[in-house]
Amino acid sequence: MLQEELKNRLSEVKDKLIGIEETTERRIYLLCEAENAHAVNKFLFEDLALRFVIATGIDSDDCFEILYHFSNDETGCVITIKAFIRDREKPSIESITPFLPGAEWIEREIHDLLGIDFENHPNLRRLILADDWPEGVYPLRKACPERSEGTKK
Amino acid sequence: MKKTMQKPILAVGPFHPLQEEMEFFQLTVDGEIVTDIDARISYNHRGIEKISETLQFDQVPFLVSRVCGICSASHPLAYVQAVEDIVGVQPPERALYVRTIINELERVHSHMLWVGLAGHFIGYDTVFMWAWKYREPVLDLLEEITGNRNNYGNVKVGGCREDIPNELKPKILKELDGVEKKTEMLTKAVLDDPILHARLKGVGVLSKEDAIAYAATGPTVRGSGIAIDVRQDDPYAAYADLDWNVISQPEGDVFAKTVVRLLEVLESLKMAKEAVTKLPDGPIATEVKEIPPGEGCGRAEAPRGETFHYVRSDGGNRPIRHKIRAPSYVNVPSFKASCIGQHIADVTITLAAVDPCYSCTERLAVVDGHNNIIHDYETLLQMSREKTARIKKEIGAPEFKMEDI
Repeated sequence: MLQEELKNRLSEVKDKLIGIEETTERRIYLLCEAENAHAVNKFLFEDLALRFVIATGIDSDDCFEILYHFSNDETGCVITIKAFIRDREKPSIESITPFLPGAEWIEREIHDLLGIDFENHPNLRRLILADDWPEGVYPLRKACPERSEGTKK
Repeated sequence: MKKTMQKPILAVGPFHPLQEEMEFFQLTVDGEIVTDIDARISYNHRGIEKISETLQFDQVPFLVSRVCGICSASHPLAYVQAVEDIVGVQPPERALYVRTIINELERVHSHMLWVGLAGHFIGYDTVFMWAWKYREPVLDLLEEITGNRNNYGNVKVGGCREDIPNELKPKILKELDGVEKKTEMLTKAVLDDPILHARLKGVGVLSKEDAIAYAATGPTVRGSGIAIDVRQDDPYAAYADLDWNVISQPEGDVFAKTVVRLLEVLESLKMAKEAVTKLPDGPIATEVKEIPPGEGCGRAEAPRGETFHYVRSDGGNRPIRHKIRAPSYVNVPSFKASCIGQHIADVTITLAAVDPCYSCTERLAVVDGHNNIIHDYETLLQMSREKTARIKKEIGAPEFKMEDI
């Protein structure tokens, strides 16, 4: 799919987005709220047949962001869906693993590191953290101390 | 009353002297056939993404080159490209060529390492010794160029740290010619070998659909007929200037992945030689003083597939978020598609075929749920060899002779 066609097709999900940013020729960011992320992901993966690269979880100060990176291998364009989770107390977003098995690990990883709940994930076990890691401590949250009290010297 | 039957579980991992990383696979088996696979990772979680947030932009390449010993050129390259995406800076021509040469030499030695290990895993140690012997001059060249056999520490935001001296060019070309001749011989020997055809064809097939669903990358998908390669799709360094082809094979089995890697070695040697010949004169770095606020994605084709880095800056001197996606992260889960339905004796080579440099033959203990028989490494190797002999007899393959090569 060429760049022009891609941009035209993206307008089909325009009502689900709150903005489109093009930082360079080959980098496009689609901004949306958490509840629309599932539909936009499904559109990019199934309708546009883009390749899923990875997702990034970020603790921004007032919200959590999940970035879903997709690649259009015909033009080398990276399309990133930036989903904002506004609820900091009980952050959650719908899982994309049911239609995209390649996302299983990264959703488990973000769940471990940022404490974000992925609804309808088939297997949200721990992936990254050790079995004896305390519950409720999420290492990639900004509030997380760099060392726990026990190891501080 | 509910009838419960415990399924026999076969444990592969987590530790093995040959492994670079610890991984643990639980195979559910029904007799000889694998019916399910579950992977556990992160035995060696080092928190690199978190550490990266505490380092300055300039220090991070040294950190990420330690993500993987073998991919120690592609990770820093993907990172600096992500930062260059934020800054909007283009490194000088010569720096792009130096990056290309180092990355292609890395691919050559990494693929040769894999070919050797794959030979070893299926009990074919001649291939192991050949491949590792021919890999050695490449490492020596890298040491001469960068000072290290691995962990080159040669890229920085805006260019490279160390140049390739022009006096070194004839030597590099001569050495690479030698490596190319040997690799051609090895490739022909491997591709002509009836035992390898019998052992690897039709084993561990990853279909095109599964490769897409699991978002796999690199030689793993190029062996399944998907010709994606970041070097061609999103050209970086000097790849757009060079004359080369993306290698792909349609079958999706272990043999196809072997063919892809061997032919890629030849292609990489060709590219490295072309880049050395064309190496333009000029500076090797543009000065980058400040990283503005923003975000960037950088990617590079590592030997195992696409390496992806995402960096966000708030205008300070440290990244506020740095996400790293190594290719094995998406290749390893594809075992769910390629291992189920396989024979146990085929699983180790299937696991090794995505090149996580992983195989656990020596620690493999097969527990048969009904009779409590434990097969050790020797027995499994024997079983594997017996299977080869059986298939060879079935297909009537000729005896393998060294003189035929």
